Amino acid sequence: MTTYFNEMYEGEAIRSPYARLGDWVQAMPAELRQMKQAEAEALFRRIGITFAVYGEGGDPDRLIPFDMFPRVFSGAEWARLERGIKQRARALNAFLVDVYGRGEIVRAGRIPANLVYRNEAYEKAVSGFVPPKGVYSHIVGIDLVRTGPDEFFVLEDNCRTPSGVSYMLENREIMMRMFPELFRENRIEPVDQYPELLRRTLASVAPAKCDREPTVVILTPGHFNSAYYEHSFLADLMGVELVEGQDLFVEGEFVWMRTTEGPKRVDVIYRRIDDAFLDPLCFRPESMLGVPGLMDVYRSGGVSICSAPGAGVADDKAVYTYVPEMVRFYLGEEPILNNVPTWKCGQAEDLKYVLAHLPELVVKEVHGSGGYGMLVGPKASSEEVERFRARILDDPGNYIAQPTLALSTTPTFVAEGVAPRHVDLRPYCLVGERIELVPGGLTRVALKEGSLVVNSSQGGGVKDTWVLAE
Amino acid sequence: MLSRTADNLFWIARYMERAETMARLLEVGSRIAMLPSAHGYRNEWDSLLRASGTADGFAKKYGDSVQRNIESYLFFDRDNPSSVASCITAARENGRIVRTALTTQVWDALNSAFQELRALEREPRSALELSRLTEWTMRNSALVRGAIDATLLRNGGWDFLNIGYYLERADNTARLMDVKYYVLLPRADFVGSGLDNYQWTTLLRSMSAHRAFHWAYGGEVTAAKIADFLILNPQCPRSLMTCICGVQSHLDRLAAEYGRETAAQAQARALRAALEGLTVEEVFDEGLHEFLSRTIRSAADLTSTIHESYLSGGLR
Repeated sequence: MTTYFNEMYEGEAIRSPYARLGDWVQAMPAELRQMKQAEAEALFRRIGITFAVYGEGGDPDRLIPFDMFPRVFSGAEWARLERGIKQRARALNAFLVDVYGRGEIVRAGRIPANLVYRNEAYEKAVSGFVPPKGVYSHIVGIDLVRTGPDEFFVLEDNCRTPSGVSYMLENREIMMRMFPELFRENRIEPVDQYPELLRRTLASVAPAKCDREPTVVILTPGHFNSAYYEHSFLADLMGVELVEGQDLFVEGEFVWMRTTEGPKRVDVIYRRIDDAFLDPLCFRPESMLGVPGLMDVYRSGGVSICSAPGAGVADDKAVYTYVPEMVRFYLGEEPILNNVPTWKCGQAEDLKYVLAHLPELVVKEVHGSGGYGMLVGPKASSEEVERFRARILDDPGNYIAQPTLALSTTPTFVAEGVAPRHVDLRPYCLVGERIELVPGGLTRVALKEGSLVVNSSQGGGVKDTWVLAE
Repeated sequence: MLSRTADNLFWIARYMERAETMARLLEVGSRIAMLPSAHGYRNEWDSLLRASGTADGFAKKYGDSVQRNIESYLFFDRDNPSSVASCITAARENGRIVRTALTTQVWDALNSAFQELRALEREPRSALELSRLTEWTMRNSALVRGAIDATLLRNGGWDFLNIGYYLERADNTARLMDVKYYVLLPRADFVGSGLDNYQWTTLLRSMSAHRAFHWAYGGEVTAAKIADFLILNPQCPRSLMTCICGVQSHLDRLAAEYGRETAAQAQARALRAALEGLTVEEVFDEGLHEFLSRTIRSAADLTSTIHESYLSGGLR
């Protein structure tokens, strides 16, 4: 029987970051809790934060369940995480500049050429191009899990457009509104500077041709997108326009937006659409979401695109296994955060091991996301395991496998009271002229008892994440 | 401001105003239906459907004008793009798209209306009195309007919202009058008869202008006074004059803010000047129906000029 690290309780004792929460939860009668929970839900619905799951249909205004029990890190725990996260974000960006440039890491034989240059996410269209300040991935979301007091593992990197940061901000707002006393008693580092830091990060990578205060916009696929709320939320907090492809056009050497006062030049585009949809002239010709001619302007330094087209090659699940190597190669440092040991089914040795140990492993599609198309061996029935075996054999290169980690738990409100539930963490690292990380992130929690899948599309919820001031 | 954002704001206002007009029509219709009159309520419902521009859609779906069906069609039916439910849903969806251009209070008002609408839709129809539905609509439309007036920055967005409100209102007023224009025709044999008085009062009621009219004019209700009130009187909140002046002043604000005029300003000024130079006698000389049709057309022309000048993004 696996034992799971509980972030609050060590046996009967309460770990120090949670010291003040013991009394808090003890003193809260069930009725008050239900009242607060209803209040929180009403607030979320009123603000309009909802989450639509692709392909599931149903209520487009569904809420992601919010758990009021906060997740807490001590200042010291966070300091180490912060160093590790920033280190990883630097290495990932160095890797991107390298593989679209001379490809030193490939020449040095530290990562197979095939994996990089034949990767679907590798954009030949930007080969040889160095984006402003040498940054490809401006917002790096690094998914972390914990298995012990000092054991953190990186589950995956998100170098394109990681979502969820609006939950980090709103969860905090709502907790402060509902439990002000907790914030008086605990010294909790604020996170509400994030939008301003994001704006500064984006402005700091304005293109060379921009000779004034840069105009920043967020490019959204539109209001049917499941993350539309987040796009408009961030635009609002940063005070920048939220544009769709149809609002932009290319003329001369620049990108312009259509306004009631005539065309206005755009310098930095924080895009929340995939590479393939950015520019129908360069990528998918049938895309209606993008801006024809955008890539030409981009490559001639007339506009910055964040994240830069092509950044996805760094967060591919097969490339992931080489990130520690990147840290050593580019930074000459030892990685502070470890990867989860990973078997690549594309390699014969690894495949053999994986097939022999399927019921113990977690198997994922290399390009999958959102918790779809994955097998959690210990939770799967033998038929499910066999079905997955067939899928792996069909296309081994499309799968990686990892041991089932003993994910830490934190106390979570459930129908019967409080119970431990598994969690992960996604902090959002900002990379521009400087590297910034707000003390906090999005904690996702698997609300089903025993479940290890925290994705909101699979019944996961979210929590406020605290970092205590030292 | 993005042209698309301005366009969405413009439509939020139009949808909210339209929802209110529908509710008002329903209220008047049910009021008439309660009267034990020989005029027959079916004719009145028919003319209300015509006024709301939904007669064809209704006939296709239901055939005979049964009150219950008309209520459903004008309030709940999503197949009817002008129903209260369709309008509020569309206004809220437009609001969601331009959240960044709205204050929390405005969004809250739009979103609450939508959430409450969904709750209403789940209630059994038999538990829903029509008066409750119409009052609910007017209250929510007032809440949105109030939030806009009280909290929104007086920038271009505010102007586009107001332009939407005024243009929609002008259109509604003109259409409502046009449907009833025959009762406003000064015909000797009907003057002062019970029928006329009753029809005129209905018309005023449908614009919530019934009491205001008496305050403004007093004395006998005559066709000339009503036409003057609803067309030319700048005190009447729904008169064509008020609406056109409103559009024109918001366009002027835009011109000042942006430091340039477009064709829209000149067009609005011309429309206003024409109304100001008009007497009610001249309106009747031209023919009320002809005048109203012409006004509806000019308002539509102005709308397309505004669209070209500001909302389509074609401006260079």
